[in-house]
Amino acid sequence: MAKKVIYYVNQFFGGIGGEDTADFEPEIREGQVGPAMAANAALEDAEVTHTIICGDNFMGSNTQEALDRIEKMLEGKEMDLFIAGPAFQAGRYGVACGNVCKMVGEKFGVPTLTSMNVENPGVDMFKGYTRMMSGHNAAAQMRKDMAAMMAVANKMLRGEELGTPEEEGMFHSGRRIEKFLEYTRENTAAYRGVQMLIKKIKGEPYQTELEIPERDVVPIAEPIADLSKANIAMVTTGGIVPVDNPDRIQSASATRWGRYNVAGLDKLPNREANGYKTIHAGFDPAAADACPDVIMPIDAMRAYEKEGKIGKLHDYFYSTVGTGTTESEAARMAEEIIPYLQEDGVDAIILTST
Amino acid sequence: MVKVFERAGYPIVHMCNLIPVSTTVGANRMVPTISIPYPLGDPNTPEEEQWKLRYHRVGVALDALATPIEEQTAFKVKI
Repeated sequence: MAKKVIYYVNQFFGGIGGEDTADFEPEIREGQVGPAMAANAALEDAEVTHTIICGDNFMGSNTQEALDRIEKMLEGKEMDLFIAGPAFQAGRYGVACGNVCKMVGEKFGVPTLTSMNVENPGVDMFKGYTRMMSGHNAAAQMRKDMAAMMAVANKMLRGEELGTPEEEGMFHSGRRIEKFLEYTRENTAAYRGVQMLIKKIKGEPYQTELEIPERDVVPIAEPIADLSKANIAMVTTGGIVPVDNPDRIQSASATRWGRYNVAGLDKLPNREANGYKTIHAGFDPAAADACPDVIMPIDAMRAYEKEGKIGKLHDYFYSTVGTGTTESEAARMAEEIIPYLQEDGVDAIILTST
Repeated sequence: MVKVFERAGYPIVHMCNLIPVSTTVGANRMVPTISIPYPLGDPNTPEEEQWKLRYHRVGVALDALATPIEEQTAFKVKI
């Protein structure tokens, strides 16, 4: 049976009108509108059953409401893939496509696909939440962007494994995908690593297998004016948790974190005392199991609190495991921790890593 | 994580062993630790020595939080 695709476009590509109709409220239509027609023609064994149209301004100023309404429209509808755009360099449209794809992925668990230009602010905001083609900057290139996007759409619908982001013309999502190679000598990590090293020494070009995403610099935060009044929170990626690991944080490639109350503790009790241990899989845990303070130095922080060097040690420390954890997961976990810090008026943070 | 916290406005110190990695990733305030399995206290040394090291380095981190900086900075430790 043919697979089903639902498509998202803005007021312009939905044929409603230009900027004056950008307040157009979300609407779902049966069949294909605008680029969805071209998409439908390019799909191999699938059809676009519905098109959702929403004005960019409506989405921009009433994002949550628009997303809620679209979610309702999609409830009960069959879909194997959700496509939005291409949005080119249109900022509001790109952000809208990103928002809708993210919502569909999260609420319905359906794979999503969009396309936009590298300059579109939607790229950095949403490339971690949807498959995103690296598109051209203007609608004049619609044909090219559409062809590239539909090639990937067909692969996704066939359940075919996608190539690297470069091969597919996509942005890096920041996710790592496991791939099993045939068991031969040439495929071992050691062999590949040495081959790369030999090329490097010879000055020949080589391709790293672990690209570090481009640096994104954060403005330096203002220092604390008065340490003796500051409330300081401790965070670690060293996997220090209560011995029963109540939050079931993974030992590698973590997606979970925990917060543990240390109010009144002068030192973290160790594993033997049924206190804390490390679940980090990236190093020998003996030292940290014997003395968790070597990774989460509650003892030193408490001493500074008693001396009056700092105003207060925040009652909880926060913990996850840093090994194999992607930047996008780490960023999400930090986002989730921030409200707890705000609630207690934390002024600054020490983060220990292993 | 460090960057997300800092972007939210929190001064933050990254205490880690691999300062170059932390620099590449984009931490602004950094204090080195002594190893990966035991960042703040070598179990092969007497407990008192471990405590001194930990107390000192955490102190450097706290001072770093109160120090204005112009660029990414790895703060110096004495022990």
